[in-house]
Amino acid sequence: MNSQKSNNFRSFGLGISTSLAAILLSLIIASLILLISGSNPLQAYWDLIERGVRIDIIFNILNRAMPLYVSAIAVAIGFRMNLFNIGVEGQYAIAAIIAAQVGAKVGVDLPGFLGILNGPIHILIILLTAMAVGAAWAGIAGVLKVTSGIHEVISTIMLNAISGSFLIALLLKEWKLDDEDIFQTATIPKSGRLPALAKVTEPGTAVLSSFLIIALIVGVAYWIYVYKTRPGFDLRASGMNPLAAQASGVSPVKTILIAMLLSGAIAGLVGMPELLGPAGKPYYHDSFVGMLGFNGIAVALLGQNHPGGIALSALFISFIDTTSIVLDANDSTPKEIIDIMIGIIIFVMVIAFGYSKKIREANEAKQSALVLAKNGSSPPT
Amino acid sequence: MSTTNSGTEAVRLTDITKTFPGIVANDKINLTINTGEIHSICGENGAGKSVLMKILYGIHSPDSGEIHINGKRVDFHSPKDAIAHGIGMVHQHFMLADNLTVLENIILGSEPYHIPYININFSKAKREIGELNESYGLNIDLDRTIDTLSIGQLQRVEIIKALYRGAKILILDEPTACLVPQEVDELFNNIREMDAKGDTIIFIDHKLDEVLEISERITVLRGGKTVATVEKENTDTKQLAELMIGSSLPTPQGVPETVTNQAALKVQNLHVKGDRGEEAVRGVDFHINKGEIVGIAGVEGNGQIELIQCLLGIRNAEQGSIEMLEHNKGVVNGSTENNEEQTKLINITSTPVSDRRISGLGYIPSDRFKLGILPQAPLWENAMLGHQRQQPYSRSGFWITKRQSIQQTEKIIDEFDVRTPSSQVAIHALSGGNQQKLVIGREMVMNLSVLLAAHPTRGIDVGAQAAVWDQLRVAKSKGLAILLISADLDELLGLSDRLLVILRGNITADLDPDTITARDLGIHMTGAEGELSKV
Repeated sequence: MNSQKSNNFRSFGLGISTSLAAILLSLIIASLILLISGSNPLQAYWDLIERGVRIDIIFNILNRAMPLYVSAIAVAIGFRMNLFNIGVEGQYAIAAIIAAQVGAKVGVDLPGFLGILNGPIHILIILLTAMAVGAAWAGIAGVLKVTSGIHEVISTIMLNAISGSFLIALLLKEWKLDDEDIFQTATIPKSGRLPALAKVTEPGTAVLSSFLIIALIVGVAYWIYVYKTRPGFDLRASGMNPLAAQASGVSPVKTILIAMLLSGAIAGLVGMPELLGPAGKPYYHDSFVGMLGFNGIAVALLGQNHPGGIALSALFISFIDTTSIVLDANDSTPKEIIDIMIGIIIFVMVIAFGYSKKIREANEAKQSALVLAKNGSSPPT
Repeated sequence: MSTTNSGTEAVRLTDITKTFPGIVANDKINLTINTGEIHSICGENGAGKSVLMKILYGIHSPDSGEIHINGKRVDFHSPKDAIAHGIGMVHQHFMLADNLTVLENIILGSEPYHIPYININFSKAKREIGELNESYGLNIDLDRTIDTLSIGQLQRVEIIKALYRGAKILILDEPTACLVPQEVDELFNNIREMDAKGDTIIFIDHKLDEVLEISERITVLRGGKTVATVEKENTDTKQLAELMIGSSLPTPQGVPETVTNQAALKVQNLHVKGDRGEEAVRGVDFHINKGEIVGIAGVEGNGQIELIQCLLGIRNAEQGSIEMLEHNKGVVNGSTENNEEQTKLINITSTPVSDRRISGLGYIPSDRFKLGILPQAPLWENAMLGHQRQQPYSRSGFWITKRQSIQQTEKIIDEFDVRTPSSQVAIHALSGGNQQKLVIGREMVMNLSVLLAAHPTRGIDVGAQAAVWDQLRVAKSKGLAILLISADLDELLGLSDRLLVILRGNITADLDPDTITARDLGIHMTGAEGELSKV
């Protein structure tokens, strides 16, 4: 038991030191890039940190991290069973526009004291609509996979393209407002919007979106589902060894469908902070936030599909993304350098994780061999 | 020493030592093999013979010690070096590309060219290989693709491959492991042919009667050390067995009568399609009673895999029915002392795998790594695989109960002697034998009524094998009905209460294992005598 604990500790220590080594290495490379581009790296990092500890900036970092987190969780569900849902991008866009339209058209007006529930119910309707639409859109890829064996990467890429065109058609024709030049859906009334969790005015104005709570619920639910429930075990088993999982009674068809539907439902929530959050616009418009689906893939990979790891990596990416604006403003460091840095950090980390996994596996094999040797058993052939 | 040739040394290994983390696989091994002799290396699984041969073939480098080939000191860094010194190896697992022809497989990597790296000289290759084929009597059609060949034929392709690369010293690693007796005879004829031509054969095996039949000298390894080298004339199976394990060899035997007349599995007119849509199982009928082991004997590829997959539920039945006895709920550990014993069979022909498992269907897969385990998952998650919907692994079939699962896993580790640091390590860190013990143990601790066991002792050492046999017997005495598929005829004959022979998807014979010999069984397995010469 004792040696088990020290093992756990060692493996935990290995994980931390890998992350630190990866961050250090990427800082060195990033510094070189900053130097080459004519900036002082130390000054740049100081600027980032100085900005990053401001409360209003922290709110913004959190706000930015929420949809990234939810998006990465959606991707991670697929990864758990070796499904690559590239379609989060399209799923959240189409979920957002339909949820926006539903939210604008549906009003909740309960009588008397029940009136206090109007807001929550309205919000719930919008969220559930988004989840249902996301699930349905991802479900198409799932159905195609189990019926015709079409790879989900192909079908979700296609569905991304289709959803893009579909959105434009909806905006331009069906749900277009009377005013000719504005391409947006009708406005969601106040009752359908998420309240602010906190507000600050000093040193700058910022609100913290209460979507934070929803993101936390999603993370906890994911953790419980994947690690604590039997269907979650089935999902992971299928990801690790589909044939062994099948022999153990896991239906591949069912598991693929469930994984796609769950992934899509979570993906449906990605656009919600923008649509319902205190800072966003209460309607879907032609410059609605994009790329969250694709960035979610990187965040999921960086976070090793673990809910905690994903949270850290979402915060990290959001931190750099949010604070880097200061570099652009302060001196000559172009914003693009920051994008390059993010790319390099992800790259280095993925490589570092690969190595640490190898080290861990070798350690385990050595441990088992030692046990064998101690018990006086024969060597392997 | 040897009677053949002039007594020059083809191979001399001096003080070879090889360690792996925590383990000494070869401990100062000395071995001399004379030119032109057939020399067997035997020892139980884990004695270090495969490692030694991998060192001789350049796959591993020894930590210390010397290798001399034909009197010259050599240092091998890869099999390429070994091949250059005229050493060839036929591995236990064939290394052939399924969709290429025999000819293409043989020349792969040593192609003769018209224009180097551009234009392969197939006619030259064909001529040369044809000559080898003929002079060694190997009898292989060079234009057939690999996937159409039988196991025995595949082995001959591997032999030609080695000969084509100029092998004068040929290592055969457990070549008879998956052959029926008739194929073994053919292989031995080929080996004698090579011997007559002056080639040196190193024959790795642990089946002692075969070793005695084919070799001139025998070297026995135990625990990574050389125990003795003996001349065939001066030894017998008893002495060899004692040298190998320090006591006499365990054999499956002496099964007490536990068969009841209550059917636990009943299969009627079952038709199953194979991967290519061919009819793999063509209307089989059989039943297994409680407390009975029914062995299915057959050359691989005659429908036994499809049959077991269909019984498990991962392959559809085209026609026919499968019925099984549902296990008694609430009865501890397979014991059937229960007043209200169930006697009604339930039809499971189109029941999903998960429900069959809950009803008490157990499964030991033929290929542990591909079908039985989650390599990166910890032991306890591997223990629950297949029973994850049941207690103690989950509550209401939904919530994983980790603490109880770990307890259960520790019970399996204790009872089935799984050597592991803990129940939390990933299973890939364990040796194959220990993985198999977990795979068997996780079935045995559950309430089962029927167990499908495919090659339950494949790739585990002799001691563990005997333990598995005992466990199967204990389970059967408690009322378990077991379907046993095995390539090891001794295992089939020793464990089964009845033996069914499967040939081209049909059950062609129902035999009594007490009265039939392995040789006669082999004839049944390959069809009539007239069919034999066709292979």
